[in-house]
Order: sequence, then structure tokens, then C-alpha cells
Amino acid sequence: MSDHSLEHTAHGHDEHEHHETFWTKYVFSTDHKMISKQFLVTAILMAVLAMLMSMVFRLQLGWPDHKFPFLETILGKWGKGGKLDPSFYLGLVTIHGTIMVFFVLTGGLSGTFSNLLIPFQVGARDMASGFLNMLSYWFFFGSCVVMCASLVIETGPASGGWTIYPPLSALPQAIAGSGLGMTLWLVSMVLFIGSALLGGINYVVTVINLRTKGMSMTRLPLTIWAFTITAILGILSFPVLFAAALLLLFDRSFGTSFYLSDIFIGGAPLHYSGGSPILFQHLFWFLGHPEVYIVLLPALGLASEVISTQSRKPIFGYKAMIGSMLVIAFLSFIVWGHHMFITGMNPFLGSVFVFTTLLVAIPSAVKVFNYLATLWKANIVLSPAMLFAMGLVSFFISGGLTGIILGDSALDINIHDNYFVVAHFHIVMGSSAIFGMFAGVYHWFPRMFGRMMNKRLGYLHFWLTILGVYGTFFPMHFVGLAGAPRRYYAYTAYSGFDAAININYLISAFAIIGGLAQFIFVINFFYSMYRGKRSTQNPWKSNTIEWTAPIDGIHGNWPGEIPTVYRWPYDYSKPGHDDDFIPQTTPYSETKKSNLAGEEK
Amino acid sequence: MSIATTENFETKPWGGGYSPFNVRWGKLYMWIFLVSDAFTFSSLLIAYGALRHRWTHIWPYPGEVFTHFPFIHGHVPLAYVGLMTFILIMSSVTMVLAVDAGHSFKRKSVQLWLGLTIVGGLMFVGSQAWEWYHFIEGSEEGAFVLADGRFARTDNLEPGVLLFHDGTKIEGAEAEQLKATATKNIHGANLYESEYGPTPLFGNFFFFITGFHGFHVFSGVVINFIVFVLVSKGALDKKKDYELVEKVGLYWHFVDLVWVFVFTFFYLV
Repeated sequence: MSDHSLEHTAHGHDEHEHHETFWTKYVFSTDHKMISKQFLVTAILMAVLAMLMSMVFRLQLGWPDHKFPFLETILGKWGKGGKLDPSFYLGLVTIHGTIMVFFVLTGGLSGTFSNLLIPFQVGARDMASGFLNMLSYWFFFGSCVVMCASLVIETGPASGGWTIYPPLSALPQAIAGSGLGMTLWLVSMVLFIGSALLGGINYVVTVINLRTKGMSMTRLPLTIWAFTITAILGILSFPVLFAAALLLLFDRSFGTSFYLSDIFIGGAPLHYSGGSPILFQHLFWFLGHPEVYIVLLPALGLASEVISTQSRKPIFGYKAMIGSMLVIAFLSFIVWGHHMFITGMNPFLGSVFVFTTLLVAIPSAVKVFNYLATLWKANIVLSPAMLFAMGLVSFFISGGLTGIILGDSALDINIHDNYFVVAHFHIVMGSSAIFGMFAGVYHWFPRMFGRMMNKRLGYLHFWLTILGVYGTFFPMHFVGLAGAPRRYYAYTAYSGFDAAININYLISAFAIIGGLAQFIFVINFFYSMYRGKRSTQNPWKSNTIEWTAPIDGIHGNWPGEIPTVYRWPYDYSKPGHDDDFIPQTTPYSETKKSNLAGEEK
Repeated sequence: MSIATTENFETKPWGGGYSPFNVRWGKLYMWIFLVSDAFTFSSLLIAYGALRHRWTHIWPYPGEVFTHFPFIHGHVPLAYVGLMTFILIMSSVTMVLAVDAGHSFKRKSVQLWLGLTIVGGLMFVGSQAWEWYHFIEGSEEGAFVLADGRFARTDNLEPGVLLFHDGTKIEGAEAEQLKATATKNIHGANLYESEYGPTPLFGNFFFFITGFHGFHVFSGVVINFIVFVLVSKGALDKKKDYELVEKVGLYWHFVDLVWVFVFTFFYLV
């Protein structure tokens, strides 16, 4: 038996002397450390692009009557006379959502940290398949390129919203953005799904097969549990989006009627008959809801690790954390209908979805209380990563509360598709996930680059960002409660919105401050990569085994044997032990004073 | 299976240091990939079921559509697709034998059974092409959309008779009269309309689902062929490792299993 699974791991470290060219090292790398950096840098570039887009449309929403001549300079015909073009506004909203959800928070977050941490924290030389891992990155890169290409074509990018509901997305002649832009969106998404599957299956296989000696499932750090569950969610939900996208592609390009029924364009009847646009919504949200957790769970996993390490306390309720993640993952597959309460679904079915949706509050609350209990009376080390992790907990609470409102169909029907929803998901899914990602970058930057990020810039980045996020999205709830629908170019034509819409300039001001603050991070990131302070071997005094591998990163991760694991990763401040942390590689026989009854078998 | 030899370690299968399922990553990868692919097919079949349920009152009866058999003049409903299914299932049997021969490193035997699997796969894809051809071609007279909006089919075996979905028939002069005033005459099937019923969805789903499955079978044939070449060159003997045959075998069985569902939900129900 042992020759089976260990064969893969045994030969890795002998090869690290082999000759590497620029291409094999930086471009077509099969090393998980390099691939994670590739994902991270690509995601940062995409995030900057999507954020700049949001700043442009926030200018329009905040000051709808004002002209900004520089828009014509950067956008050309889409910003003629300093006014943002209304159809390009829709394109910006669509692509901002698509990039943030898929490219930054799915590909960027999982791609970076699953790749970096899974082999390191389970104790493997690399992913199960380095080649498929490389392929996963290149599919991701390809899909980014196609999505960016759709921005610069004559007819503009897809403009039907990131959920691409038909018929708007299914009829190329419907609006300008439904043409080539929509086709490129779908092509990009097919590549993205390929990347997500190649990566996700690899993560799961690695965690199952390549854990080092002693690394049982209940000794895995919560990060690994989170990444594994996320990967399983992706494996089960992305194929459904794939099927939905293929059917849509056929409706668009070959004239099938899957999503289209009798319909007229410009007074002329089209040949479609019998299909159902609601079918698309069902297929889309069967992916779409698990997608929310694909975005959120890795962030929660990173935060668990950072909070426990920087609180110098064991994570409260380790098994409850795992259990609640599993329950959230299961529930995420049976709540998709809460995105569709106003499609005319049977009210009884609606109440079933209300019930399953509200159940999600239970495991979520378990997680929140566990975080708070971990922080309780802790010896907190306020590193930038810790601040961001606590920011995540804050967003998870404030965004989760509005989720209870939205999950109830009786309430949701009144506020569906208005700014209340936008505010809700930007806080609970967007901001918490991005804060989890920031926490991860600040915390594992030394593991990636062997250098520390600048702490002061990190604090500045954190405070400006949390100010920007709450300043932007807190008032936005009231805009929504006043009835302002999302995705409108301007509200000036409807006097009913005047009172609430006047908050918009305030929201825009905060959005632009928060957006600009991100350049502090970008500068800090690239500066520290080359000039940052050299990191020590274990800068956060962490228990997990990635800090036992040489900090500069070698091929195969560990010279010689892979360390053996003897304990769980959360032995912080254990009474009786001299240090306030006991690495997973320390056997119980060496910590006789601090062992609890029954720990030393 | 001799799990965990070092004494101080847990001997539980999930304890770390070895694969809990005692498989290498490649086979595990294939299994998980198949789970995800099963979700793709499930969503297609569920989409099909949902829309068919909605139009169940006008949905064509598959037994009236797929009636052809080579060299037989007359109606043999679903016989040909039954034969295709039989061929595909037999190719699964030969694949099992190939995998089994691989376990005992019998190269000649693997070549034989894998070769037969490839032949079976090609026969299936060929039969599907034949079936598509007849589906697209349709009957001699086609279907008529009558002036009052009703939809009437015709059948080569009953010339001059108009057939309605509820089983009624109109023939003779009355039928000729109705045909002459019909608003539309549809021949065969395409993605816009078909002579088998007033909804294009029947044809849409037929082409899409059997096409998507056929693409899987075709890919399987190509992959099997590559493995066949590797086996013949002795590449697997050199490694003393026939797991590759097992991995493509998993894929092949999956594709066959999916066909059983497609066959059931599209043809039999």
C-alpha cells in the first residue's frame, strides 16, 4: 500500500536542483507556490480594473448632472462630452459584478490560497497534479483576457447584469451589449468553469490523498476544511452553470428555444416558441447560491486561522466550525429559490425556500459566536491581517442581519432588485470575502515572498477601507428602502426618489475614498515584494506546518523528510507550556507539562 | 492492504500519510470529474423534464417518431435505438474485460477487448448519425399547420392521411382539402421547427442532449484509441502499470450509464 500514495511525494525533493528557465519558472510553472502568486497578481489586476469601473459609475450616480471631461479622455465614445454613456453604464455594472464575483473572489481567492496553503498545510510536496494545476491557471488567464477583450469591442461588453437573464442575453439584437459582448462573456465563462473544475478537483484530491503522516482530518487547519468544502461546492455547482451557458449559447447562436417563448423585436415576431426564461434562472441560481459560499467560505477559513493565531488562543469550537461549514454547504444547494421570489413561483414553494434560507442563519451564527468567543479575553495581536479578519466578522454580522430580511419572501418581494439587495450582498459577500482575502495576503505574504508587508501602510489601508465600505454600503440600505431600483442610470426623472437619492453623492464620495485607498495596498504589495523587510522563519509564531518549510520556498517545499504531525493546529497559550504556541510538529512526549489527560497515548 | 506500518501512528484510513481509499490521485480525480459531469447531464435532463412537463399535451410520442430500422419497410418503434443501446452496453462489457486483462498484464488480451470497445463506440456514434439523418429528413409529405391552427402529421405508410396528436385521423378528399388550405408544410426537423409536433423544443432537446452525449462517446472513442496505441506500443508494460486502462474504463462506463438515462427519459417515457 505505502508505495501507492507516498510514491508521489517521495521523489519531489531530489529534483529541486534541476535547471529552470524564465518560462518554466514564471510562466508555465507547475509549482503550487508560483501558481498561487500568478492567481494573486492576476486577481489584483482584475480587481483594480473592476474597482475603477465602480468609481466611474459611482461618479454618474453621485453627480448625475455634472460633466467630467476626463471621462471622454479615458472612455472615448462611451464618455462623450464628459457624460457616461447610458448603455456603457450598464456594461460597467455588468462587468464590475462579473469580475468581482468570478475573477477576484472565486478564481483569485480560491486560486491563490488553496494553491498556496493546501500543499503547505497538509504537508505535501505539491498539488496532486502540477500539470492540471498549471492548466487551471491558464484557463483562468484566458478567461480574463476574453472578458477584458469584450470591453474594447465596437458594440461594448455584455450589459444585461452579471446574472445574464434571458431574453436580454439570449437575443443578440436586443441591445448593443447583447451582441458580440455577450458571446465573449459566455466564452470567457466556459473557460472559467474549466479552470474552476480543474483546480477544484485537484484541491479535493490533494487533501484526500496527500496529507502527511499524522495529519488526520481533525488535525487539519480550518483553512483546509474551508478550501475543501469550497472546492466541493464548485465541483457540484459549476457544471450546472456550464449546462445553462451552453443552452444559452444555442439559443443565441443557433436559434433554439430553450429560454425563449413567443417574442417580438421592433414589432416583428421571432420564431421562438415554448421555452422558459425562468428555467435559466433556476439553473443559474443553482450555481449562483453555492457561488456565494464559494466566495465566502475560503475567506472564513482564512479568518479562522488568523483570528486564532493572533488571539493567541485555540479557535473556539473547532468541530462546530467544521460542522457549520458542512451544514452551510449543504443548505446552499437548497435555497436558490430565494433569488426568484418575484418570478411568480408558487407561494408554497416560496415558503419552503424561506424556511431553508432562514436555516442558514443557524450555522452562520455558530461561526460568528465562535469567532467572538475566540477573541474573548484574548491576548490580541493587532496585525493588519487580524484587523481585516475582525472586519470580516463585523461585515458577516451586519450583512447577515439584512440577509434574514431578504430571505423572507413577504419582505423580499417589496425590496427585490433594489439598492437594499445591493447593499446587503456588497457587505456580506463582497466586503467580507475581500477582507478575508486581505487578511490572507497580509498574513501569508511572508510565506509567499519571504518578506513582510509594511505594517503602517497596512493599518492605513484597513481604516480607510472599512470607513469606505461602511460609508458606502450602510446608507445604501436606505436608498433601497426608499424604493430606488438597482441598475438605473439616473434617478433624476423620478421625483419620488429625490429625498433618498440625494444620499447618493455621499455614497459616491465614500466609494471613491475607499477605492483610492486600495492603491495603498497595491503599492505596499509590490514594494514589499522586492524591498520589504526580510521575514523570519515563523513571523506570527504560528502552529501550522507551512512555517516549518524554508521561508524562501524551495521546490518540493521541505528539504528531506516532510514533517510528521502530532497534534491539532490550535495549541496556543496552552497552560504549562513555556511558549504560547506549540507547533503541530511537536510530539506530545516533548510537552509533558502541558498535556491534558489522555492526550499522550 | 497493509496500512500504516509505523507503530506510533493512528492506523485509521483517514489518519494521514496514505490514501484513505487506497487509490492514486489520477483515479480519484477521474471519479470526482465524473460526479461533476453527472451534474451537467442531470441539469440538462431536468431542464428537459421541466419543459416537457409544461408542454406535455403537445409533446410528440417518441414511439411515433423513431420508427425506422435499416432494410425494414414498416414501423418498428424504438427498435433501432434499442439496438444502439445494446451495442453500447456490450462495449461496456468488453471494457470490463479489458480492465480485467490489464490487472493481470495480458497485453494481447487488453488489445483485443479495448479494440472491440472502440469498435462498439464507433458503431454507436455511427448509428446516432443514421438516426439523426432520418430525424432531420422526416417523412415524404411532412407535417401541416392547418388553417385553423391545428397540427397534423403524415406517415409514409399511410399516404394521404392526416394524423392528429389525440389519435384522430382524417383521410381522403377532406384531407386533401385541409392540406391545400394549410398555412405551413414542415419537412423533417431543424432547430427552429419540426414535423413531429408543434413545439420546437422536442427537436431542440433531441439534438442537444443526444449531441452532447454523442460528443462524450466520440471523445471516449478517441481517448480509448490513444490508450490502445499506448498499450500496443508496450508503454504500459514498461511501467508495469495498467491503471490508465482502468481510468478510461471509468469514463467509458459513465458515458454508457448516462445513455441509459437519456434512453429512458427521452425515448421510453
